[in-house]
Amino acid sequence: METKTQNMIEMRHIVKDFNGFKANNDINLTLKRGEILALLGENGAGKSTLMQILSGLLAPTAGDILVRGKQVDIKDPNTAKALGIGMVHQHFMLAAAFSVWENIILGDEPVKRGKLDVKAAHQKVTALSKRYGLAINLDAKVADITVAQQQRVEILKVLYRGAEILIFDEPTAVLTPQEITEFIKILKGLAAEGKAVILITHKLDEIKAVADRVTVIRAGQGIATLRVSDTTDDQLAEMMVGRHVNMKLDKPAAKIGQEVLNVSDLKVNEARGNLAVKGLSFNLHQGEILGLAGIDGNGQDELVEALTGLRRVEAGQVTIKGKNMTNKKVREITELGVSHIPADRQKFGLILPWSVADNMALQSYYHEPFSKHGIINFNAIHEHARKLIKQFDVRTTDENLPAGELSGGNQQKAIIARELDRNSDLIIAFQPTRGLDVGAIEYIHQQLLAQRAAGKAILLISYELDEIMQLSDRIAVLHDGQISGEVRPADTTDRELGLLMTGAKKEGR
Amino acid sequence: MFNLSEKNKKFLVPIVSVVAGFLVGAIIMLVWSYNPIQAYGSMFSSALGNMNGIGETIREATPLIFTAIGFAIASSAGFFNIGLPGQAQAGWITAIWIALANPNLPKYILLPVCIIAGALAGAIVSGIAGVLRAYFGTNEVITTIMINYIVLYLCQYLMQQIMSPKLRVDMDATKTVSANGSLHLDWLANFFGQSRINAGIFLAFIALLGFWWLMRKTTTGFEIKAVGLNQFASQYAGMSAKKNIIVSMLLSGAFAGLGGVVQGLGTYQNYFTQTASLDIGWDGLSVALLGGGSALGILIAALLFSILKIGGLGMQTIAGIPYEIVSIVIAAIIFFIAINYVVGLLFSRKAAVKTPTDHHPTSTQAVTLGKEEQL
Repeated sequence: METKTQNMIEMRHIVKDFNGFKANNDINLTLKRGEILALLGENGAGKSTLMQILSGLLAPTAGDILVRGKQVDIKDPNTAKALGIGMVHQHFMLAAAFSVWENIILGDEPVKRGKLDVKAAHQKVTALSKRYGLAINLDAKVADITVAQQQRVEILKVLYRGAEILIFDEPTAVLTPQEITEFIKILKGLAAEGKAVILITHKLDEIKAVADRVTVIRAGQGIATLRVSDTTDDQLAEMMVGRHVNMKLDKPAAKIGQEVLNVSDLKVNEARGNLAVKGLSFNLHQGEILGLAGIDGNGQDELVEALTGLRRVEAGQVTIKGKNMTNKKVREITELGVSHIPADRQKFGLILPWSVADNMALQSYYHEPFSKHGIINFNAIHEHARKLIKQFDVRTTDENLPAGELSGGNQQKAIIARELDRNSDLIIAFQPTRGLDVGAIEYIHQQLLAQRAAGKAILLISYELDEIMQLSDRIAVLHDGQISGEVRPADTTDRELGLLMTGAKKEGR
Repeated sequence: MFNLSEKNKKFLVPIVSVVAGFLVGAIIMLVWSYNPIQAYGSMFSSALGNMNGIGETIREATPLIFTAIGFAIASSAGFFNIGLPGQAQAGWITAIWIALANPNLPKYILLPVCIIAGALAGAIVSGIAGVLRAYFGTNEVITTIMINYIVLYLCQYLMQQIMSPKLRVDMDATKTVSANGSLHLDWLANFFGQSRINAGIFLAFIALLGFWWLMRKTTTGFEIKAVGLNQFASQYAGMSAKKNIIVSMLLSGAFAGLGGVVQGLGTYQNYFTQTASLDIGWDGLSVALLGGGSALGILIAALLFSILKIGGLGMQTIAGIPYEIVSIVIAAIIFFIAINYVVGLLFSRKAAVKTPTDHHPTSTQAVTLGKEEQL
């Protein structure tokens, strides 16, 4: 008989060798029935490789996998499915035009006499939804439901296919604090029903809230497996990064100076011509960090593009350093002293095939000493790059390496080096730490605080509430293209911010 | 090490393509019972075996160098300029017309004027496509193809209806330009066995140097390359997409126009009825692709192309291979050069597998590494 303590999965001494590079180097992992195991590690630590091995996408070079005590060879994703292993991906794979129940049964439809058995399908899905407390309107179209609800559809999809072992990949990245609380309840419910859960995450507080045990992976090696109740955040962070990480930022009181940025009643369209920024007003001063919190897709992209000259302003005014910069060219805005750290570093921030040196001159190549009368001085560009690489600790073989070959964290460091080195008065930092590991995040946060101390005005737009809370002097919450409230980090809670982010609560300013 | 393999790839891919092309050509000849060794022998001996052959090979390569540079500039900016034939034709007729109309101007004035006017004519033709692209988003592939036809027949109309009959021999050909408007150099032609080699080759070398300098040393080249590689990042960096589209198309057309100028003032010394878009335009495209868009690559590729063309004649006369088979063999070689891209893909797949996974996926690796990052 299966007992609660039975090992659902046992991965022993897993090695995955990619032509000499060991993505997994002797990793052990056990997962028990009814347990939530957190898998913690930096980007590139090997978590993904390990989970790909478990879900049959990659074959291990060496090592054994036991499912329910029996040695198995998971040669393809179908084998994984037959063994009851299911994965909820970070990017949902749903057909937007289909209803919820249709999405759930898609690919595994109950058939009666050659026809889709709608009734049976509906019943089965309803039963699952009740049993696991995943309340959702089964007939709603996926296009019309929230991201959190879409995630429930994904979970139901996996359960519908009979999964006993559920792998969640960074599941809370897209959720508001309230939704995260709900999601944690769902996870606990799944565990209580005897499912085994693996949770891939960066977020230490979530691990604390939900996981029973945590396996830490660093540079392809299993560092430790611990009971969560016996550990601290600091200890986990240190194990993950391999050195001590300063979790609390040293943030002196703000020395607020003159107004640098003033946005009044700004209206901006999105690509299809609908209003995305709907009458936004705020201001920002020297020595101040204004955090713009909000869920992805509430007008952040359009706002940043409008401020930096990449998108047309329909109405309203953008004033930078006392000058009306509404609908000015990108270069005019840059020249006035605006640095822009873009959210998508590979699309906007860098020309990936180009060298680090050329990328570091991307905003200033037309100035002396980098060029004179239209002729480029590559010695100056390289010298400048070597200086920045050293100053900002960009890990690269040298300045000639193509930017595309740097790790994500170092690509971001290269952009930050370029943008901060220009000594701009206004710094627009959009998701500056997206996808980065704890060490790189810490570094970038310190750089932003140093700029604040130097009297720069910083507009921080981020979907990470922790980042907003840690860095901001003021927080404005963006909902549906408008500011739903402005608060100070000391006077607010995650809960209040979450309500503002969903528009459930609005404040007069 | 990736850097090095990328460099190796740049050399290996065209060499593999060329060798594969020659092999397929050999197989075709074997199928029809011709001796490929004898055929290729006669190809190389007629193209390179005597001074006249060498001179003709260089002469054949001269316009290709210009049109290939034209293609390479536009393609650096991300545009596929297949209007090279029309741009070259515009340059050709313009240079000839001005030279014929002013036969007595001193050489040091007439020749530069003809050359510059030819380049301008090419630039105007390509500029139309550039402006349409920049301001209306019109696909440049379609506009440049269509403009090729417009230029083809417009030139015919201009020569037959507008040009003074005094400048023409008959309805289908103009007179020969005077010595003051010609790129012909006696000593050069004599040295290369009375071939049609001309001063155009010196201009071609200057053009190659200028092209190299433009793309490698100037902010204009920097911007053109940036726009071509990542238009989002270049807009983010404040570069004007419109300006770069138009500048690169104008430069591209100017070089293509120069290709026509050397063909006119150098090779033929006149203009005559063209029944189809100029070969030097199409071949320039292949030369630029084979040469990988670099100055040295273009030079080597242009010479290779001319060896095929000039040597092809030798294959007929010396080895007795019918013209049709020669055409198939040359087409096979060009075909493999054209699928250069596919050969390149084979290499890149190997490289992607070799790359360790601790990096973020770059654009080339995204295919294989994307999955790993998402899980």
